[in-house]
This record gives sequence, structure tokens and C-alpha cells, in this order.
Amino acid sequence: MREFITQAWSWWFSGAMIAAIMFFLLYFGQSFGFSANLRTICAAAGLGKKTKFFDFNWKAQTWNLVFMLGAIIGGFIAKHFLSSDVPVEISQATIHDLGKLGIAAPASLQPDELFGLDAILSVKGFLVLAMGGLMVGFGSRYAGGCTSGHAISGLSDLQLPSLVAVIGFFIGGLIMTFLILPLIF
Amino acid sequence: MKFIKFLLLGVVFGIVMAKSEAISWFRIQEMFRFQAFHMYGIIGTAVVLGVIGVALIKKFKIRDFHGNPILFHPKDKSVVRYLAGGTIFGLGWALSGACPGPMVVNIGYGFLTMAIVFFFAIVGTYLYGNFKEKLPH
Repeated sequence: MREFITQAWSWWFSGAMIAAIMFFLLYFGQSFGFSANLRTICAAAGLGKKTKFFDFNWKAQTWNLVFMLGAIIGGFIAKHFLSSDVPVEISQATIHDLGKLGIAAPASLQPDELFGLDAILSVKGFLVLAMGGLMVGFGSRYAGGCTSGHAISGLSDLQLPSLVAVIGFFIGGLIMTFLILPLIF
Repeated sequence: MKFIKFLLLGVVFGIVMAKSEAISWFRIQEMFRFQAFHMYGIIGTAVVLGVIGVALIKKFKIRDFHGNPILFHPKDKSVVRYLAGGTIFGLGWALSGACPGPMVVNIGYGFLTMAIVFFFAIVGTYLYGNFKEKLPH
């Protein structure tokens, strides 16, 4: 049993759990959309005084901030109680391709080349993380949702705008992966 | 106390994201390189079950626990904002290897440098709020 829990979970179980979380949120009168928290944080920080977009009753979104807090705790529990700390088992083809960019085969869940202390203390390393976050934050609000809001909730409701957004996710992701990453690394 | 259910759902979400390895930069790279089924399996399973469940909710007019009908709000009809916003999001997703949910799960997992990514995601949202009126939607 312990091994069953500590190894990586299968895609079908994980996908089913995500669908279950979405349905529980609907049952509790809310909807699954994580990036809305970014806007809520801006509003809670008082930015609504200067910018209309952040002038709304953010306290009605408290449930989502609590959900976010839970996600942080969930990450902590996964690491300290449910982890066997084996490196993420990505395909040999990916290891080979990333090796050509100078990124070593996985030793944990994340590459040191991006998230290690040495990396973020360099100008380039810091800018990589800062720009990545900036584009995720800007893009998710421009598109009106992120992976949870569009790819999961929106597609489940067969919303055409969500399909367009997901196509956009892949256009951007492929441009970054195949055209820009080779220039950075 | 009324928030405890959302806290628990968040905990489950965080554990599932971490244990499925969906919070890993490596997994996102593998996905965008079409070199494994794993991420497509996760998202695909969630969407297939989601489509079935949402259809059932609509067909049987299932209500939430307050007794209110569960409503789905159609998103604004447009292409520009979803395509442009989605593309910018995708650029950031493939670079940082994390969308907003996995960012905070990573922080809990102990990858504290992900806090930089999360902070700048808030900055990015702030910039959008300021330039919203000037952007095509």
C-alpha cells in the first residue's frame, strides 16, 4: 500500500480526481478556476483604488484563496508523507532533447538549471523565472482563464472560447519549446 | 468553518498535482514535445469525465448544496483575446513549467524559488489590469 501511494500516480486516477474536484466545487456553488486568485490578490492588496479591473468585491472569492492555501499544504503533504523521492520518469526522448539544451536528466521533480539557488542568483536565471511568471499571469487574465478554467472547466462545458484558448496555450508552448528555449539555454 | 471544505479540496488538489507529477517542469516539456501520453492522459481523463458530468448536471437540472441550480455561464464570444491571451500564457507555461495551480503546489513541495514565478504572475495580472482597455479583446 505504501509503495502504491508513494510512487507517481497514474494519469487516469489523477485525471479522475481533478474532475471530481471540479464537480465538488460546482456542488459547493463555485467553479474551478485557479488563476482568478491572482486577480483576487491584486484586489486584496488595494490595487482597486487605482485600477478599475481590481475594484470588485474580492471577499466573495475568499473560498478560492482558501483552496489555494490548501493546495500549498497538499504540496507539503505530498513531499513529506507521500513521496518516495524518485526522479520524475520522463521519456528517454525528452531526456535526450533536454540534454542538448544543457539540462541534465531529472534528479527530482524540477531541474536545478532553472530552480536551483545558483540559477536564480544569476541574471539570466532570474529573468527566466520572472518572465515565465509574468507571461502566465498576463496571459491567463487576457484569455480569461488558465488550465483549470479553460482546459478543464471550459472544455467540460464544450465552450468554444475555451477551445480557442487551449489552442493558444499550445501555440505559445510550442513556440517557446522549439524556437525560444534553444536560444535561452 | 464554511471554508473548511474548500481547504480540504485544495489539499487533495495539491496532493494530486504533486503525485501525478503535473507540477514538474520536465513533464510540461515532455508534453509540449509530444513525447509521452502522461499529461494528455491526465487532462484528457478530466475533460472526458467533465463533459459527461456537466451534461448530466444540465440534463437532470442538478442543484448545488444550497439548493440553487448549477449554472454554466457562456464565455464572451471572441477569438482575439483567447488566442492572444492563450498564446502568451502558453509561452510562460512552457518556460516556467507551471501554470498558476502548480506554482503554489511547488512552493508547498519545497521548491521555494517557484515563489519568484508566482510573484511575477501576480505582477503580470496587475499589468493586464492596467493595459486592459488598450488591448484588443
